[in-house]
Amino acid sequence: MAEPGPVVTLEGVTVTYGTNTALRDISTTFGAGAVGLLGPNGAGKSTMIKSLLGFVVPNQGRMRVLGLDVAEAPLQIRARVGYMPENDAHIPGMNAVSFVAYCAELSGLPRVDAMQRAHEVLFYVGLGEARYRNVETYSTGMKQRIKLAQALVHDPELLFLDEPTNGMDPKGRDEMLELVRDLALNKGVNVIVSSHLLPDIEYTCRDVVVMDKGRVVAHGAIEGLKQPRGRVFELRVKAAGGPERFIEQLRAAGLECHATDDDVMRVFVPGEGGAQRLFELAAAASVQVRHLRPSVPTLEDVFAQAVGEE
Amino acid sequence: MPIHDQGYRRYTGIRAQTGRAWSVIATAGIRTLLAKRTFIGLLLLSWVPFLVRAVQIYAAANLPQAQFLAPDAAMFRSFLQQQEIFLFFITVYAGTGLIANDRRANALQIYLSKPLSRAEYIFGKFAILLALLLLVTWLPAMLLLVIQVMFAGSFTFFLTHLYLVPAITIFSLIQVATVALAMLALSSLSKSSRYVGILYAGLIFFSQAVYGIVRGITRDTRMAWLSVPLDLQQIGDAIFRIEPRFAMPVWSAFLVIALLIAASAFILERRVRGIEVVA
Repeated sequence: MAEPGPVVTLEGVTVTYGTNTALRDISTTFGAGAVGLLGPNGAGKSTMIKSLLGFVVPNQGRMRVLGLDVAEAPLQIRARVGYMPENDAHIPGMNAVSFVAYCAELSGLPRVDAMQRAHEVLFYVGLGEARYRNVETYSTGMKQRIKLAQALVHDPELLFLDEPTNGMDPKGRDEMLELVRDLALNKGVNVIVSSHLLPDIEYTCRDVVVMDKGRVVAHGAIEGLKQPRGRVFELRVKAAGGPERFIEQLRAAGLECHATDDDVMRVFVPGEGGAQRLFELAAAASVQVRHLRPSVPTLEDVFAQAVGEE
Repeated sequence: MPIHDQGYRRYTGIRAQTGRAWSVIATAGIRTLLAKRTFIGLLLLSWVPFLVRAVQIYAAANLPQAQFLAPDAAMFRSFLQQQEIFLFFITVYAGTGLIANDRRANALQIYLSKPLSRAEYIFGKFAILLALLLLVTWLPAMLLLVIQVMFAGSFTFFLTHLYLVPAITIFSLIQVATVALAMLALSSLSKSSRYVGILYAGLIFFSQAVYGIVRGITRDTRMAWLSVPLDLQQIGDAIFRIEPRFAMPVWSAFLVIALLIAASAFILERRVRGIEVVA
């Protein structure tokens, strides 16, 4: 079967707010299924989504969503997409079921269908028991779910989820990620998940677009990006005066190196003969290698490599 | 016992074409307001002058000694002027939060992520105020005309004053559109509905006060254009073909109202956006 075409295409898109450039000449595509939009805060992820929704008019470039030009058919696009904003957002003075049904009516559903869909979607996102409560009384986690419900109620072909697990407790976060996965894998909804949390993207998405400072720095299938063009090692060393100098020496030798939560560092050694090269560098720097273990590359490695973070 | 599927299902029903979302906003807004007892009380109170005028018309039609109460164009003009106080309170009660509350709750990005344009959103909110304000101006005034025909048992007054139908309609629309747009513009400027109420009261009373001072100094009514309510009164007098009460030319009153409407539209265009950019 032929691979479905891209659901979102950006060609040379630049967005500036005053003197601040939020997106710099971005050209990329988002395929069908679940695609992650990954990057640190301020990378331009939310601006990209808002541009695709038509909230922000780019200074230059073209964008297409579901085959439609954003500049020419924004309303037709919005009828077919759902948007879960990053920050707290609701229609004031309504209970959950009224709010979600109202959003469905705004999207063109008849009143009776809108109410029925609102009940169904609220049960789906786990707010069935709380659906007659005023949204303003909801906890942060519940507000995240209601934002998902309003984005889903009109059955969009494409969902934009901006930081969907923001402020949620671990259990709520897992449940939200399960919902996103279910939508993408079982319900046939295309999803673009914007997040700065690597595990969220890795769990829910097949493809990823990595952004930094308004640019796309990596793009492709997560598994493909994780394929080593070298090898990754977990390394612990003992060095007089701490490992910082050794890390500098590794970087000077062209190796990607970043510290993890423990005193273990992850080192990406391009090409062949990774372990041998590490031992040689350690010997040259008079550093004792206390632990060396080959590791499977994670999305974090891809991210760190692409963004150039320590 | 039936088993209900509580999972997510694709929607296969009908969807309306884009362009009707404003009516969803307007209907929901009116329904929300009519569910409030205070607002219903305010609406009922605003119909008391209508009852008084209806009694006046009945007396003039049926009691020979009450002929001095016979209705004329000035009575209808005077009735609409009496309604201005209710116009003010209903505008403040219903209008202050229309956009301010949406801005406070970040609802604009929810609205504008749906298939509706900014103009549709504004028109939906405008329609809420328009409908409620015409309910206390145009509707009772037109009903008074109908009552006059019923109590008099003839169309004589109606036919000789046929221009009252367009006069009531046009003046009510100008009056209501002006205050509704001004209120929406002010509502878009803040996230606090109380602050919006103060701003609106300021617009009305401050312009009145400035004119009062100028008139006190010059002892002349040519500067009445400084006051928005007096501009509307002058326009009303001209539309109802009665002697204008101020020395200012009618065109200056029209100009001020046109500028106010243009300024309101400009503010709304700037403020109603899916994203707030602080450059």
